[in-house]
Amino acid sequence: MKPVGERVVEWTLKGLAFSALASLLLIAVFIFMEGAPFMVRLGVKDFLFSSDWRPQEGHYGIFAMIVASVWVTLGAMLVGAPLGIAGAVFLNEFAPESVRRVIKPMIELLAGIPSVVYGFIGVMVVAPLIREHLGGAGLSVLAAALILGVMILPTVISISSDAIGSVPRSYREGALALGATRWQSVHMVVLKAARSGIAASVILGMGRAVGETMAVIMVAGNAVTIPHSPLDSVCTLTAKIALEMGSAVGLHRQALFATGVVLFIGIMVLNGLAMAAMKKRSART
Amino acid sequence: MAAPVIQIENLNLHYGAFHALKNVNLAIGAREITALIGPSGCGKSTLLRCLNRMNDLVPGCRIEGAVRFEEKDLYARGVDVCGLRKRIGMVFQRPNPFPLSVFENVAFGLRVSGLTDRASVNAVVERSLRGAWLWDYVKDKLGAPALELPLDQQQRLCVARVLAVEPEVILMDEPCSALDPISTAKIEELMLELRAAYTIVIVTHNMQQASRISDRSAFMLMGEMIEAGGTLGLFTKPTDKRTEDYITGRFG
Ligand SMILES: Nc1ncnc2c1ncn2[C@@H]1O[C@H](COP(=O)(O)OP(=O)(O)O)[C@@H](O)[C@H]1O
Ligand SMILES: [Mg+2]
Repeated sequence: MKPVGERVVEWTLKGLAFSALASLLLIAVFIFMEGAPFMVRLGVKDFLFSSDWRPQEGHYGIFAMIVASVWVTLGAMLVGAPLGIAGAVFLNEFAPESVRRVIKPMIELLAGIPSVVYGFIGVMVVAPLIREHLGGAGLSVLAAALILGVMILPTVISISSDAIGSVPRSYREGALALGATRWQSVHMVVLKAARSGIAASVILGMGRAVGETMAVIMVAGNAVTIPHSPLDSVCTLTAKIALEMGSAVGLHRQALFATGVVLFIGIMVLNGLAMAAMKKRSART
Repeated sequence: MAAPVIQIENLNLHYGAFHALKNVNLAIGAREITALIGPSGCGKSTLLRCLNRMNDLVPGCRIEGAVRFEEKDLYARGVDVCGLRKRIGMVFQRPNPFPLSVFENVAFGLRVSGLTDRASVNAVVERSLRGAWLWDYVKDKLGAPALELPLDQQQRLCVARVLAVEPEVILMDEPCSALDPISTAKIEELMLELRAAYTIVIVTHNMQQASRISDRSAFMLMGEMIEAGGTLGLFTKPTDKRTEDYITGRFG
């Protein structure tokens, strides 16, 4: 028989773990219950593929917002994936131990900076630069992509750095012993061996970019239109929900929940892809 | 012995504070098989890895003395290490094919050198696979992942990969230790055939293997080179008491 104290601790931990899971499940169920019936009633097609969002007149089409989210996310990928992967390669393969010991924790710190701070930098620095040098309002797809691209760096760097770090040393040695340079061994062998982990890091980064709200509200401009250029203002799915939830009632409120359902599904799909990529890696090694 | 291609002169190696090779001298004859023997931990792998400068990768490793390859010191300033490793290839203890196709594994060294001409790459890959006696087994699955081959074929693939860069010397660090006796016999037979064209240095802790395949043997103990000479002589009439103890199985 275990001592009483130990059993109390055990049950407390079990209870906490269970309530964490349960609350996640509850949130999911709640969002679906609030949003899904509305989507069905309005017609999934009208909801997803119309760009007409005028809640006062009963028009609830989120297509422009979907397009905005997709563009902003892809833009963030274009910025964050190459930078992040290059950073991970540098840290793992080229940086001396002393540099790595300083930079790694700094990158983890980057993940802890509140998104409003990133948004603030976007508004004060990035948007004016875009406005002056490239034109447009400044608050735009481009500004959001740049800011989000930096925000997802910690995710991309730390996960792809783990993947690169777990490539067996024997691969590197084999390559170098054949006369490969350091860089050749990295891009011809190490990156290929780590590719599923790197893919997972990029997909998880995308998940973060899709879900980011505060920074996007601050820098994307929030115009509900389909963008024609990276300099146009847009309003993403997350931004729309955050901006209108406070004042929405009735159908409008349900429409926002339905928007949440769309986001939820999108992020689940991305995480599923990332998990599949990681699984493939562990199955192979 | 044949004219030496590699001469190791007063070689000392430290891993940090640990003195792993103590004033080692050894000559390696051209187109011969030289076996490095000795108990585990005596420095055989360390010595072998000095010959293609793989120890450069080990942090805290210091090397003094000279390794002359065709008269020139490998450790002299300004030596092209990548070029050197193309001339002195290495097969590792555990088969370590890359997670690429069979074909790309063999073509790797060519890609490294920037050779892209499809026809010549194909020709070299086929020749190398034939040279490692692997062609008949893999000719129908050149595109298959190398890691799906059985272990002994993986090791011969690693040999083929080295042959493709046309080295002059091949270093092998216990190439059979992960293999069963039948696969071991195949690799040994292959080495005897390769001897006609290549200088081979093999590390082994298997006395029978050394006596079966090597022309010359060098016995090491705790970082020191105790005795080197013709394999037959070394195994039948060792001059050093410690060599005799080792080959008669009294320790190690
Ligand atoms: N990278 C290293 N760092 C520190 N010590 C090492 C390293 N590699 C080998 N050694 C030590 O050097 C000695 C010789 O090792 P090794 O050459 O691998 O022996 P062998 O191949 O004869 O079994 C051993 O005592 C081993 O512990
Ligand atoms: Mg060894």
